[in-house]
Parts: sequence; structure tokens; C-alpha cells
Amino acid sequence: MSASQFYLPEGLPAPAPAPDGLDKPYWEGVQGNKLIVQRCKACKTFQWGPEWLCHKCHSFDIGWEEVAPNGVIYSWERAWHPVHPALKEHGPYIVVLVELPHAGNIRMIGNLLGDPRQEIKIGSKLDAVFEHHAGSKMPYTLVHWRVSK
Amino acid sequence: MTNRTLRGKTAVVGVGETTYYKRSGSPDSEFVLAVKAILAACQDAGIDARDVDGFASYSNDRNDPSRIAAALGIRELKFSNMQWGGGGGHGSGAVASAAAAVATGVADCVVVFRALAQGQFGRFGQGPKMAAISGDAAYSLPYGVLSAAQMFAMRCTRHLHETGVSRDTYKAVSLAAYHHAQNNPRAVMYGRPLTSEAYDDARWIVEPYQLYDCCMENDGAAALIIVSAERAKDMKNKPAYVLGAVAGSEYRNGAPCHNAPLYATSSFTGIAPRLYEMAGVKPKDVDALQSYENFTGGVVMSIIEHGFCSHEEANSFLTYDNLIAQGGKLPLNTSGGNLAECYMHGLELITEAVRQIRGDSSNQVKNAKVSMITSGPMVTPASSAIFGSLETL
Repeated sequence: MSASQFYLPEGLPAPAPAPDGLDKPYWEGVQGNKLIVQRCKACKTFQWGPEWLCHKCHSFDIGWEEVAPNGVIYSWERAWHPVHPALKEHGPYIVVLVELPHAGNIRMIGNLLGDPRQEIKIGSKLDAVFEHHAGSKMPYTLVHWRVSK
Repeated sequence: MTNRTLRGKTAVVGVGETTYYKRSGSPDSEFVLAVKAILAACQDAGIDARDVDGFASYSNDRNDPSRIAAALGIRELKFSNMQWGGGGGHGSGAVASAAAAVATGVADCVVVFRALAQGQFGRFGQGPKMAAISGDAAYSLPYGVLSAAQMFAMRCTRHLHETGVSRDTYKAVSLAAYHHAQNNPRAVMYGRPLTSEAYDDARWIVEPYQLYDCCMENDGAAALIIVSAERAKDMKNKPAYVLGAVAGSEYRNGAPCHNAPLYATSSFTGIAPRLYEMAGVKPKDVDALQSYENFTGGVVMSIIEHGFCSHEEANSFLTYDNLIAQGGKLPLNTSGGNLAECYMHGLELITEAVRQIRGDSSNQVKNAKVSMITSGPMVTPASSAIFGSLETL
């Protein structure tokens, strides 16, 4: 994949798994086009972002579960002012907060693909799009979203 | 246990600040700014700075009280307190800490201060520039959510969506602040009025914030001094009694990756009732409100969560005419605040709240007896405080 195929220009901070191993399953999952999130083995509560224990029952036996890579727009923003050198002359770009109703209504952040000036509606259904940065020194994958057809 | 309250036990008896500068404009280092503001507050109170025996600050202020105490020759340091949490969320919380220390005899004369030299240490409005990031930030920075504005815009979008509050309320907050700054010679925006047209025509920073919805970036320092109510009686300034000061956050407000359950709030739903209960006042008793503006949208949420109007009333209540000191129903940010006086991380809002009680604000509300501050909307923890004049005790 060439740089031009990435939603945002290269040079922003790249995500890396936490050194303590906490979120390794997530970052490995997305490299394989899978959305894997925390779900407590004891009480079945979904949880995001990653924690060492379940906030509901305090079990440390947290499992990871693959969930369908879709959701709905819970909130959004369109960023115009560049606050990083990599974003100079770029923009606007859209960030969405995506809710996963089938996974305990956990939320995650991503970019909304398509026209950066498009009209955005809270509640719109979205599908995840995995953006692989395989050529990076430490390969990683970002999870973006596209309005469902 | 009875009488577990801060109400009426302490008072602010001095306020001070340095010249307020545009970011990078300070000729002094941040440490020098901190010390100058503290000395100014001591002079205002009529006390010898060597008699200060405690410090409270927040947001990881870089100026260590032990170092300040050494520089000022303070006789004995008894209290040195830093509140966790970023942003200005703990401005009023630092007042609570200082008041609690004085009320319980831990210390006798505590300074609350905040110093910022963004020129020396980096701008708040710029994103971090590391090559890689792990932990909670790994789920936001790579998507271009890098600055405070970008962190909080999403909460405001959701709030507007859920409640039907209009962005016209944002504009009213901004115009009122700039209006007040025109009467305040300390204000960075003194002599630089903002018109309705200029507000509307300003560029987007990140929707739903335009340029004048965002706080400034500044250099400077501010400080205030808290002593016991008993001691305050004999000091030179009219005391601003601490009627209430509380801090905190709701259930899982700090859940990572924007997973706070009460997402469309400014973090005050638990604080506001506790504050009013401690202070023994109601929103209608408040004569002037200083409400922390990281962004105007957070101010609107703070005002609603503190019960000054409902979501349904917000569009008709939060107007420019209602928010100015000259006849408004809820005089708001009467020094110009973070938007137009100086972004001193909200400590300038607290000194202004004191001035309203003393009667020496540049936008004085007539006979102000109850003066309130809300610190740090949308961050966790947040905090609020209420000062009162002698007759409110």
C-alpha cells in the first residue's frame, strides 16, 4: 500500500502495543482484519479500552472476543486546524466515535473514510476498514470506518 | 461526625497575578512568574511572604513548593499539595485542598497558584510529536485526535445532538467574555473587541468549535491566599469566605477511549449538588459566575449542569444580554476569563470571583454576595467553588 492510500498523512504518532502486553490481542487482531475486544470471562461484560481487570466484577480473568466489525456513529468531529507538522496543508478530516451496540455499546475512535466534507449523521451505520501500515518500521493497522451501503 | 464542611471556615484574603502575556511573550521564566504572582498576592493581603506555610496547585504545575519556599525564605513549610488530573479541572479543587488544610489546622496560610510559560515549555494547542505511542493514547493520536480541542469537540457534538442546544449559546459565551475584557486592563484582549460578525466569520478549528470558541495560549501566573475565617476578619481586604469547594468525577468518567458512560456532560453532574449542599446556596443566589472555558461548549454544559437553566431553556437563557455584568441575569466570566483575559488555567477565574465579592472587579456586579467558579468542563476530575461575603455566613 502506498502512502497516498492512507487516510491521514504519514508522520503522526504510530500506535504500538503496550509494553506490558495488555492490549496485544487487539493490535494482532487488527493486522489480521479482525476486531477483537475485551469481554470478561466471568460476567460477560464487554469493556473498552483495555483494562487489567473487569470494572463490573473485578475478575482478572479478562477474555478477548472477536466482534462484528461494524457500528454506528455516536459522535463526530471535523478537524480543520493542523496541530501537527504532518497535517500541514492537509484537512479537513473527520474523526468518528463509533458505538458497537452488539458489544455492550463500547465505543472506539477512527476516521470516517470518503469525502472529508460529507454530511455526517449521528446514528449512521458503519463498517470497519482496516488500514495496514505494513511498510512501517513496526507494522501496524488502523481501524477506519465507512458508511454502510 | 458532625459539621464536616468547609463552609465559612476559611477565606481568601489576597489575590495577585503577573502581567499576562501572549504565549512566548514572557520575559521571565515560569518559576519567576510563579514567585512574582505569589509575592503580589501576599502584598495584596498585607502579609509577609515568609509567613506562607502551604501551597496547593494542579495540572502538574512544574514549580515545586519546596523550591519556592527556599527561594522566598519561607520559615516553615507545612502543606504541599498537587491534585492529579490535567487541564484546569482542579482549580477549584486546589481551593478545596487549601481550605481543608487551613480549616483542620494542617497549615495556617496557604497559597493556591498556577504558573504557565507556554513559550518556555511548549504550547497546549499543538499535538505531541513522538514517533510511536502506546497505551490509551494509541487509540486516538494516530487518528488525528491530538489536541485538547480535538479531544473535547466530540463530547460537545454529542451534547448538541442529545439536547437540542444551539451553537448560538457558544457565541454568547464568547462575546460576553470579550466584552468584559474591554473593561479589564489586565486582559490580553483588552482593546481588542470581538464583533458578532468576526465571531461568525472565524475559521473552524475543529467542528463544533470556531476560533473564538477556544481559549488562548498564554504566559503568566496567578495566586491567591487562604487563611482561617477568624484571622481574615482582621486583615486589610474584605474577605471572600469559602462557602463550598468540591471536586471529583462521575462513575467511570475516566474510562479510556471516550467510553465515559455520561459522555454528553461536562463532568459536573455529581459535583454541582454536592457544592450547593455544602455552600447552602441555590443557583438563583449566585450573583456572578466564572466558568472555565477550555471551549465555549464546555461552559454551556457547565452552566446547565450547575442548574442555572435546563437544556430546554438554554437557547433562550444563554444570550449575550443575560451573560454580561451590566444588567445580565447571570454575569459570566466577568474578567474575560480564559478566552479574553488570560489562559492562566482558570486561576484567573478564581481571583476574579474573589474580586466580585470584594467589589473591585473591572465588571463589578452590584452588591455581589455569592460568587461561583466552575473549573474544567469535560475533564476528570473537575471542581467547583463558591465564595460568599460576610453576610452570607
